[in-house]
Amino acid sequence: MAERIELTIDGRAVAVEPGTTILEAARRAGIDIPVLCYSKRTTPNGLCRMCVVEVEGARGLIASCLTPAAAGSRIHTETERVVRARRTMLEMLAFSVDLSEAPDLQALMDRYGARPERFEGGARRRPAPIDDNPMYVRDYAKCVLCWRCVQVCAEDVQFTFALNVSGRGHETHIGTAFGRPMPETTCVFCGQCVDVCPTGALKPRREWLLEQGMSAEAMMQATMTEKRKRGPALGGDESPGVVGRGGEGSRQRRDPS
Amino acid sequence: MWSAGAEKEAGSAVIRPDRVVTTVCPYCGVGCNLQLHLRDDTIYRVTSPAESVVNKGNLCVKGRFGYDFVYHPKRVTTPLIRRTVQAPGRRTQAFDRAEWREATWDEALDLVAARLAEIYRRDGSNALAAYACAKATNEDNYLLQKMFRAIFRSNHIDHCTRLCHAGSVVALQMAVGSSAMSNTAAEVIHNDVFIVTGSNTTETHPIIALQMKAAVEKHGARLIVVDPRRIEMVNWAALWLPQRPGTDVPVFSAMAHVILKEGLVNEAFIRDRTEGFEAFAASMDKFTPEYAEAISGVPRDLIVRAARLYAGARNAAIYWALGIPEHSHGTDNAMSLIHLALLTGHIGRQGTGLNPLRGQNNVQGASDAGAMPWHYPGYQRVDDEQAARSFEDGWDVEPGGLNRTPGLTTTEILSSVGPGGVRALYIMGENPMMSEPNLNHTRRQMEQLEFLVAQDLFLTESAAYADVFLPAASWAEKDGTFTNTDRRVQLVRRAFEPRGQARPDSDIVCDLALRLEQRLGTGLGRRTAGWSYTGPAQVLEEMGRLVPEYAGVRYARLEGEGLQVPVWDDSHPGTPFLFEGSFPRGKAKFHPLEYRPAVEMPDDDYPFILTTGRVLEHWHGGAMTRQSRLDDLYPEAVAEIHPADAARAGVAEGQAVRVSSRRGSVVLRARLTTKSTLGVVFIAFHFREAAANLLTIDALDPQAKIPEYKACAVRVVPAREEELPHPEARLARGRW
Repeated sequence: MAERIELTIDGRAVAVEPGTTILEAARRAGIDIPVLCYSKRTTPNGLCRMCVVEVEGARGLIASCLTPAAAGSRIHTETERVVRARRTMLEMLAFSVDLSEAPDLQALMDRYGARPERFEGGARRRPAPIDDNPMYVRDYAKCVLCWRCVQVCAEDVQFTFALNVSGRGHETHIGTAFGRPMPETTCVFCGQCVDVCPTGALKPRREWLLEQGMSAEAMMQATMTEKRKRGPALGGDESPGVVGRGGEGSRQRRDPS
Repeated sequence: MWSAGAEKEAGSAVIRPDRVVTTVCPYCGVGCNLQLHLRDDTIYRVTSPAESVVNKGNLCVKGRFGYDFVYHPKRVTTPLIRRTVQAPGRRTQAFDRAEWREATWDEALDLVAARLAEIYRRDGSNALAAYACAKATNEDNYLLQKMFRAIFRSNHIDHCTRLCHAGSVVALQMAVGSSAMSNTAAEVIHNDVFIVTGSNTTETHPIIALQMKAAVEKHGARLIVVDPRRIEMVNWAALWLPQRPGTDVPVFSAMAHVILKEGLVNEAFIRDRTEGFEAFAASMDKFTPEYAEAISGVPRDLIVRAARLYAGARNAAIYWALGIPEHSHGTDNAMSLIHLALLTGHIGRQGTGLNPLRGQNNVQGASDAGAMPWHYPGYQRVDDEQAARSFEDGWDVEPGGLNRTPGLTTTEILSSVGPGGVRALYIMGENPMMSEPNLNHTRRQMEQLEFLVAQDLFLTESAAYADVFLPAASWAEKDGTFTNTDRRVQLVRRAFEPRGQARPDSDIVCDLALRLEQRLGTGLGRRTAGWSYTGPAQVLEEMGRLVPEYAGVRYARLEGEGLQVPVWDDSHPGTPFLFEGSFPRGKAKFHPLEYRPAVEMPDDDYPFILTTGRVLEHWHGGAMTRQSRLDDLYPEAVAEIHPADAARAGVAEGQAVRVSSRRGSVVLRARLTTKSTLGVVFIAFHFREAAANLLTIDALDPQAKIPEYKACAVRVVPAREEELPHPEARLARGRW
């Protein structure tokens, strides 16, 4: 049997394999530590600090998602200090970013009694949505900079490196190399980034269109391809072109051979 | 920009799914697990469970976003009958709905039954043929072949496996007696060396490519790419051997030569588990690296290093796709790969193997289900008396009633259309007018048909030739099973009711079969082969009774991860990798090889080699992806050509060019890229307005009957912008 280390979390004795993070150890003990940037599909990087816990003897709050549990340590996941840290982070986020499509974060705000209005007068991040590709819409007004999208685009999954983190401080944002439109980057439109986005900042176009009440049929009609087929004049190009000789009545426009 | 009103209006509501349906992707053979998020039958978001064993939550652009086709206004959801009677020789394509009239299912199916029965009575079994469908379920394919075999006594049923991996299937059957991927795709992380050849994996099997990248980046594996294009996987390769198209046998045989000469063979494996070694080894004598270099252009040093790397590995595997079999010597190509595994014993263990990556979502399953002219379900030969008897028993056919003569293959079916040959064709989902080689020839053959039935979602280039169009349900509108590339049988679930009057393929086939039996019943002198099923689960059960490998595959066991066939009985757990103790044919067999060049080599008139293939954003004939917003992402065909070749041909980036072969020509835009090597032009075959298969040659591999899609001679000359089919369709892309 593999070696185990023992520790206590919120007074409960827990035994785990060495190398297990505090977050994992707590989850196995049935203790829920809230997370934001953490995802099963990305390498934890302790960015958001939502998962902080208090470890007896440690000076500051510890990010549980990337800190391995240490033998004999005594950990508290919901102390007043922890709660205040989480609440403040949520308040600052909620004031500066649009969290209207982040149900998990809204639930956390309720749980910790967050009051974003305390930061009235602070800077808001409200960039315009970016509509530069056929597959998804990027609305960075909703972005909490969790980096998950950047990570799945890079070594965690896709090795495509189309998305990156640009800027510094308050100007930090997710972008592309030289701010190029998505199709001109290395993007292969796998949408792993859309999948892991926790706030609706990245959204499939079909979902975006459905929100506006567009029917499934109309969505297809709105594509570039269909618009092009309809052409400037009325009517459609019914003939598919060239692999057909075209029967009577088919409106053949081109002949390749 | 990309769609009207993308600027979100105030007050528009956030969407929550009213249900999430777990199913399997309808595109490639990887078989990714999907969760369709639905609101009022609209698929608006697609995710995948992170714990899925196949794809670990990852999807590609098609699996994630490619579902508009289900709702496309041009989708046909009512049975259609042609207004004008079509006659052989004067058959035309009707893309305009005005040339069709809507019919009831009764009327359409009665007409189909009447015409097929009439032709069968007049001309017999050989006058009827069917194309089954590697996109349809196991059950759909099983029933279609059952209808043709049990009612018409015709073995003329085939599907696109003939056009993709037939060479691999024949070679694997000859060498080891089984033709599927030997190992699970995810085992690639257990390889310490692996060869990828004839597979542009990042574009054609994107999720397996992710696992390959992880194998290299995170597990220390070393990759050898053997491909005439500088594909994206080369970025992860330790060695890249760029051979001229069609010179695979010399390259891999030279590797075998080095392995033999340097004593890198696994003697115990050769002694205990193979036969025919001596004759094979003698045939390898002349394949020196120098000889291979002269033919293939691959530096001899690279061949030697690749041979040493592969043979010296603890666990090595070979992954290949259609660059290997789609040649007039495709069987030999695949055989040359098999030899490497047999020489070194890199097979029969985890992390090793011979792995033909299957293209379609269910090409493995359609083959397993017997949609092939030489085999009943489960690869049981039609000319094997015992096999025939067992199916006569299972289908209640009188003893000796089933046809014992192997039927015609896909390409042969069309070639034999005419008086005394095939008169009527039933097409379920296939699109030969895009997928066959030398389409001008295909068109002439299609026009000679006396009767044509098409069962599809759209009036495709082939369906437009039909007399009767039967609207089929899409993958999201039916239940069934797909068998993916690593033999995993997974559940496909109905997410919503078929649109309009569309019906699942299985329903249509059973309904038609009953009507046919009514008409022909007395003549056949028997009761019924059985067409009343409670659902697809019962169909698969029947197949399991007749196919030992599927005996234990039951719907109740397929929840979650599915099962990897063979599953020999109800308690068998499935088979992640094959050939652990023995091969199905007992000992694996070496076959001596000779090099045969491609049928058409470049010359002064046609100086370039054309090779065809797929791109990430599109799927095959385009019936699905080109009716989706995927077409916005990749809207036009391009000819990929090396900048130096382009300079020679006087062609600039983005310029219109005419690419011509001895069989046809297309006009499309040139894309100058070093992804093409010198002398090689690449065109994807998805685009009907510049169909690559107008150019390809219909030379067949003599054993597998697979056409030579991957090499023919073409010339490239500048064309005028206005000759382009869609001059306005352009999108600058940055991906490799």
